Formats: sequence, C-alpha cells, structure tokens
Amino acid sequence: MSSAPSSAKLTRVVGALAEASGMRAATLNELVRIGDAGLLAEVLRITGDRATLQVFEETMGVSLEEPVVREGSPLAVELGPGLLGSVIDGIGRPLGDLATLTGDFLLPGANAPTIDRARRFTFVPVVARGAQVQQGDVLGTVLERGGFEHRVLVPPGRQGIIAGVFGGERGIEDVVARLADGTTLGLSQRWSVRRPRPSAARLDASRPFLTGQRIFDFLFPIAEGGTVAVPGGFGTGKTVIEQSLAKYAEADVVVYIGCGERGNEMAEVLHEFARLKDPRHGRAVLDRTVLVVNTSNMPVAARESSVYLGLTIAEYFRDQGYRAAVMADSLSRWAEALREIGSRLQEMPGEEGYPTYLASRAAKLHERAGRVTCLGAPKREGSVTLISAVSPPGGDFSEPVTQSCLRVAGALWALDPELAHQRQFPAVDWHTSYSLYSDDMGRAFDATVDPDWSKARGAVLDLLQRDAELREVASVVGPEALEDKDRLLLQAAAIVREVVLGQSAFDPNDAYSPPAKTYRLARASLDLFEAGKVALGRGATFAELELAPVRRALATLRDAPAGDVEVKAAEVKARIASLWRGARSEAGGTS
Amino acid sequence: MSPMRVARTYRGARAAAGPLVYLNGAQRAALGEWVTITAPGQAPLRGQIIDAGEQLSVVQVLEDTLGLAPAGVEIALTGELANAVVGKELLGRALSGAGDPRDGLPPPIGEALRPLWGAPLNPTRRLPPSDFIETGISAIDGMNTLVRGQKLPVFSGPGLPALELAATIVENARAPRGEPFAVVFCGIGITERETRTFLDRFAASGALERSVLYLNQAQDPTIERLLAPRQALACAEHLAFVHGLHVLVVLADITHYCEALREVAAAREEVPGRRGYPGYMYTDLASLFERAGVVKDKPGSVTQLPILTMPDDDITHPIPDLTGYITEGQVVLSRELHRRGIFPPIDVLPSLSRLMNAGIGKDRTVPEHRKWADQLYAIYARGREARMMVAIVGEAGLSPADRRALELTESFERELVHQGPKRRTIQETLEAGWRLIDRVPREDLLKLSDELLATRQAQRDEAQHKGA
Repeated sequence: MSSAPSSAKLTRVVGALAEASGMRAATLNELVRIGDAGLLAEVLRITGDRATLQVFEETMGVSLEEPVVREGSPLAVELGPGLLGSVIDGIGRPLGDLATLTGDFLLPGANAPTIDRARRFTFVPVVARGAQVQQGDVLGTVLERGGFEHRVLVPPGRQGIIAGVFGGERGIEDVVARLADGTTLGLSQRWSVRRPRPSAARLDASRPFLTGQRIFDFLFPIAEGGTVAVPGGFGTGKTVIEQSLAKYAEADVVVYIGCGERGNEMAEVLHEFARLKDPRHGRAVLDRTVLVVNTSNMPVAARESSVYLGLTIAEYFRDQGYRAAVMADSLSRWAEALREIGSRLQEMPGEEGYPTYLASRAAKLHERAGRVTCLGAPKREGSVTLISAVSPPGGDFSEPVTQSCLRVAGALWALDPELAHQRQFPAVDWHTSYSLYSDDMGRAFDATVDPDWSKARGAVLDLLQRDAELREVASVVGPEALEDKDRLLLQAAAIVREVVLGQSAFDPNDAYSPPAKTYRLARASLDLFEAGKVALGRGATFAELELAPVRRALATLRDAPAGDVEVKAAEVKARIASLWRGARSEAGGTS
Repeated sequence: MSPMRVARTYRGARAAAGPLVYLNGAQRAALGEWVTITAPGQAPLRGQIIDAGEQLSVVQVLEDTLGLAPAGVEIALTGELANAVVGKELLGRALSGAGDPRDGLPPPIGEALRPLWGAPLNPTRRLPPSDFIETGISAIDGMNTLVRGQKLPVFSGPGLPALELAATIVENARAPRGEPFAVVFCGIGITERETRTFLDRFAASGALERSVLYLNQAQDPTIERLLAPRQALACAEHLAFVHGLHVLVVLADITHYCEALREVAAAREEVPGRRGYPGYMYTDLASLFERAGVVKDKPGSVTQLPILTMPDDDITHPIPDLTGYITEGQVVLSRELHRRGIFPPIDVLPSLSRLMNAGIGKDRTVPEHRKWADQLYAIYARGREARMMVAIVGEAGLSPADRRALELTESFERELVHQGPKRRTIQETLEAGWRLIDRVPREDLLKLSDELLATRQAQRDEAQHKGA
C-alpha cells in the first residue's frame, strides 16, 4: 500500500542510517523504500518533517536527493504454510529466490515474498458455513512436507460468521473463508514482528523440554516455554550446541536464527538438516525448521530485526498448538546491531557503549517465550522455548549482554574455554551453570523416566562438587598423596565426565541421548562408585580395582547403537561386579 | 545498486582534520563515492565519501594529507564507487594497497572492475567446505586441518615467526588433486624487513609467478590499510569464481588493519568500544573474513590465512577475540615453544580448526584421522597439565600415567610439532604421530579401539618385515 508520490528525499546517508525530508506524515517504525533501488528501511525518529531511518540493506552507492516512499505499515512477516523448510533473511525474503534474482552475491533492492506465490496447498476446512468463529479458531488444515499438519487460523482481532469456505487447491494469497461482514480470510496472515502475538492465557513451566543432550536433560533441564542463555567465548561450542538442539530437541517446529554468524556454518546447517532425520518422526530435520539467516557480513539493521522475525514465526506455530523452539545464535550480535545503530543516532551510551535500553529490550525479547493456552477453538496449548547463545568479549560473563540475558533467562548453560581445550564437549561448566526449572523438571523425570532420577542427579552433582575440591588438593600435594577413597572419587568423577556429561555431536549413536539412556549411564557410573567404595571398605586397595575395563565398557555402552544397548548394559554390570578380584560375588551392583 | 551519477567538481573544502576532509553540501553525493582532491601544484589525493549529508559530507582520504589547505583544493566527485582492477594478468605483479604498481611495470589493465566493498555471498549459494589442503605442516595437517574455503587465522605475538610460517605454507601448500592454485598476499602495515623476508622466500621458491602481491607497508598511508585487503579479496574472488583457481589469501597483519580502523573512528569522534576500537569492528572484520568460501557450481575457492599479532600475547584483546568469533578456528603460536627453538611454534591446545571434520577421514586423508588426532591431543593435554603440576608437587607426586604423558608431551613437541623448514606429507605426519602412540601402553589409549591398534600393529610388523 504505497502512498501517493511524495516529495520525500534523502538528506543524509551514513552506514546503516539515512535521513529524509518531507516525512511529516510518517509514523514510528513505519517501513519506507529509499533510493532509486528501493531499499527497505524503517523509521526510527521523526523531527518536524525530517525522519531518521535504519536501512535493512547495503547503502553503498545510495545518493542524496534520491526519493523515499512510505509503505504505510510496520515491518511484518507473512505467516502461512510453506514456511517450514525455508531459508529467509532478517526481513523475511527467501534467500533462494534472491539468488535467482541477483546471482551468487546479495545485491540491495531485490524483492521477493516470503512464501512462494507459485506453490499450491491443499486446504481442508474444519469449519462450515454459518459457524461463528473467533480469533485463533482453526479454519482448516494443510498437510505439509513430512506430514506436518499446518493449522490455518482466524487472525488475531477477527471474528464473525462464516459466509463461505473454500477447500481444495489454494495459493498462498487465495481466500479460504469469507465472513458475513464481507471480510476475507486467506491461507496466510501478516503480523508485525515487533509486536508479540496474543494468546488466551500463559501457563506455568511444568513439562521438560527434552534436548537429547545428557548434561542438559540430567543436570540443567529447562522447561517447555522456558528460556536459557548459553554464553561462551569463541571455540567453546555454542554453535554446535544450538545445532544439536535444533536437530534433536523434542520440538514440533524449530526456528533457527543465524544472527551475525558465519556463512559457511549456514551452508553446513542447510546441508546437514536436509540429510538428517528427526529421531522421533523420521522426517527430515529441515522439514520442521525455518532458518532465519543474517550472516556477519549481511546488513546490520536486518540483524536486529532477524531475532524479532524469528520469534514471530515461532509464536505463529505456538498459536497452532505446537511446541516451537527458537535457537538464537547469537544475541550478542543482535545487541551489537543495537549498539551500532544507537551510536550512529548519537544516543547517550550506557555500559560499554551499548544503548541504555539494552536490558529492557533483552527482557521483552525473552518474555516472548512461554507456554500458553492458545486463542480460539479447539482448545490447545503451545509453547515457544528460547535457547540463546551469547558471545561475551574475551569470554568475560560480566559484560552487559550476558548480564542482561541472565537477569531474565530461566537457566544458564555456561561454556568454559578450559573444558573446550580439554576437548570436554559440550564444554558446559557444571559448577557455574544452573537451571531455575530443575526442581519441577526433576519431579517430571521422576514420574516419567525413573523414580530415582532426582536422587541420582543429586548424587552426581555431589560427586562433581567433591571432585572439584579434591582436585584442588591434588594440585598441591599430587594425586599419589591422596587416600584411596579420594582417588576412587576422582576416577568416578572422571568417568561421569566422560560418559555422562561428555557427548559427541558427531557420533551418530551418541549425538542424541533419550532420557532413559541418560539415566542408565548416570546410574551405572554411580553404581561403579558405590561398588568401589564397598570394595575399599572390605580391604581392597585402589590399585587393585579394575576400573579401566568398566570405563571402556561404559564408553561402549554410550556409543552403542540403540539395538545393542541391553547387551552392552549387561556387560557394564558384569564388569562392575568383577571390579575387585578379591571381592565376594555380591560386592558389585549394590546401591 | 543504483546507477551512479556523473562527475561533479567543487572548489574548497570546509575543513580538514587528519585523514578526513569535510565538504559543504556536495550535491547528490553518494555513500562510498570515490573522490579526488587536488591542491594546486600537488598530486591528486584519492578518497571516499563515508558520510553523505545535505549540509556536510565527510571524505576519508587514502593518501597523506600533510600540507593540505582545505580552502584551496579542488574536489571532484567521480560518480563511481571504489573498484579494483582484477584479472589473471595480475599474477606475478606487486601492487600497492590502492592497486598502483609497486614493481616498476605499467599499471595493470585487467579484465574487469570489481567493487572493493564486495557484496555478501548468498548463504544458500555456498557449498560447505570439505576439501583438505595439505600445508605440509604437521601441527596443522594432522591436528588442525585446513579446508578449502575456510578462514583460519594465525594468532601470533610480537617477535614470533608468523610470517615465516605463512611463507612456509605458501611454498608448500598443495591442492589435493593438483588443481590450479594461486596465492594473493596482502601486506598491511608490515615493515620493510618483513616485506623483504617474505618476498625473498617467494622469489626463491618460484611461488611469485602464481601470486599477486598487495603491499601496504608501515610507512604507507594508514587509511590505505583499509583498502589493501579489499583489493586483495576482490582480486582473489575474481581468480576463484571467474577463473576457477583455488586461491589462498594471506592477510598480514590484521592488527595494523584494526588500528587504522580505530584511527578513523577516533577522527570522526565516534563513541569508542572496548580499548578504543569502534563498536562496529566485528561487522567490519566480518566483511573481510566472510569473503572466503566455495560457491555452488563454481570450480574455484577462496581460502584465507589472516595473520594477527596479539598485543602483549593477550588472546582476550578485542582483535584476536573478535577475529576468533568470525573465523573458523585459529592457529595459536606459543612464545615458549619458540624460545625452545621449535618451528613452527604452534600450540595445539588453544588451536582449533572448526572445519577439520569436514576435511579429513575416508577418501580425504585416512579414515582413522579423527581418532588419531583425538588420542594425541588427549595425551598431550594430560602431559601439559602434568607439566604444570610438576612445578608444584615434583615429578614424584605424579601418578605413573601422568609421568608417561609428561614424557610423551616432550616428544610430541620435538618430533611432531617441530619440523623446521621441511615439508611433511600427510602420510609422514600421521606416521610421526603413530610413532609417538606406539610408545604408549594400551591402558593410556582410551580413544583408540582394539581393531585400530591391531591394524597399526600389523602395519608395523609388515614394515619391520620389509626392513629386515
């Protein structure tokens, strides 16, 4: 809805910022097209007839006096079938279509709708003529690739009596229902990215968000609809964690936001996700994924918007009654985009040059996660879980972005370069990480996996704590000077680190660990520790304990294909039973 | 990109300060527009508009502004963006950071002009890097494998032989199947001595004829440092994606580049970020480093080997820190190893190649490469920890396994990392590693399977048999 030809013209261009005159009628956050090429920009400030704009595309070569055209609406994203499996940039343009338009390199001014206009979807209505519909009601469904049922909803703010409903082959812009007042409803709807989508009620976090990663599910679990910050210096494995979760976490839909990260990584994600199967549904991981991509060399303003765009898409799937997960990699780049734009606006800087509204923006962003009762009928629940990587400069967590996220996130998975150097992956520091959801989630795991889950978790945490204390002592007196029971503890902790906390993202059998396997490995490691203590109590010396074979058996169990698990578990048990040759047969396996 | 305007000429600038010249209301000035500033009786200075404004535009001048009188100059806005002359004929040439000849030959005509500020590669058009590059350096090929299309920086410290390492790699690097290969070397603010060392090695090894050199030396204008790597990368992209060459780009030294960036930011009175570097340094560095990669349906590739000096060996300094967040790993040089005469003095513990897994294994190097590297890494890490412990508790306080690891650590540094100027094939590297592993008792080899060790034993027996 571009307005009448205006006299608006550019009066300044610097970096991602532009200024224009003749903008008296503009509104804040309104979209405009600038220059002869029609680059997309957003109004940030209005003073008299002057407006300050942030430009979502590269501004090199844009001249003063080029025209500015108002679009009349804020930045919005098209939501509908066809989103799953797509790769879009920070303002919602599909990158594949942009390549068709401008070739291998991204050039400004290209334009393509988020969802392919040529695609046809089979719409199956579930409402009939004469039905009264409210906002959020399911109008009908579309079956997407991989068997995903896409629910077409009455957009927020709309209601009325169905005057006509049109099933069958539909394009994304086609009308699928008409209300008595003449309003038409389509397969898709648009929503302004900076505004959270409404829901009927917010629910508490009571169900675990299964990540398939042992250290998270067992030690620092998060809830469906929860938020977690994952800070870590470079090389600590943030991206590998985000990717592992995107592949294996129990979510119906994953929105992966590559915010200011590497181009090769995005190519890798695309390649991998198309090839990999979701372990639970057997469909390609890409078929449940929407990729929002703004690599570090793409325009900085679109980096700021990419996070909101991704969250809006996740909320849309939440509103259909699905469990959506958002992987934001990384929020530091989002914050830096705020800083860059704020500094060009000559705003008064806060800490480390970041704008003073960094904390409040970060809080608002996190609050878009949550588990809700969706609007409309039939009654359903949905969730948005937010896993955000943070890249603190120098790995120092006291910096403003990490701190702003920690104040609002429900959990911290702190990555440690020391562990990464030891190649202990995921390099999650178990001493500083925490989860505010752990008690609730513990109860849930006790009920669904094993009644002993929480107790075992407590025992492992205790073991790791004592391990840290003992290692400090050992670094002064040497490990040889420790008592046998302490040396046993150090070994048991090393085994827990290796087979429970350590997990290879690249081993096809170990990349995803179901909770039952996680529990089994933790339990077996604790059993070994107990058996060792019993043996020492009966007169064994540490040197007599045959720990190495148990350790190898545990590692084999960890890496065993699903079919071999029982055999390998029996082997572990047998090895624990023969831990000490001097032991009577019942020495092992007691707990 | 909008069509550019015609050239316009103005007389007199409003102000000049350091590398910046301020213009009154230059009509239709475009961001990034190329400008020449001529003072009577002097050679014209080149510059670029970095802030286009109705009242005031800012020009960043590439050349030295010494003696410039703003009121008297003539300013020509060319109507064009900054471009680089590119072409295959540039191979064998030495040019300045601005693209002027440095070898006494006439300016290159080239085949095409390519925008200096290259557009970002569409991520959906990228091919995930997966081809092994044999650098001839064991600590890289074996432990931190370089892959085509990767950007792998060398983190060095003052006085460490980073340039020698780069020169060695350039001399030795081989494409796996002998595909056409070229080098683009970009010196950024490097000294005369460094330049000479590098050029002499280049000339001696015959690498010069397959190379393009862009040289901005310490005495050259600072702002030219911002241009030099972009000249180099534009040229590399052309050679790779138009001519299908596999191009290795060496950028030395990124620290000088960042300092030039800071100088301009300070001149513009921008709000400084950490240690005075501008807040957009991450984005700016990314606009260089992200110009590495492989493109679908195109035969060539751009691989980057940037070199940076960590001030005071501090890896948390903003320059190595931001670089590490953008690049796909890092090769870290160690002062301690250098002091002990080990070349190349690569510390493999903090070093990392993120793309290693994609470049090694079956059909690339050998199937057991990953396990081999993991095992050596694990023992070396353990030995390094033991080395620290020895200082406190003495060797007697170590467990027998720690003592064995300590011994192996010594050998690892002397036999695997140290190789002097000699080139090692990947087979020689792997064998050197196996010879270390052979000395370790089974119980310490937690990362290797019985089958793998049996295969190794069979190989040794066979070799012994042949030898006998």
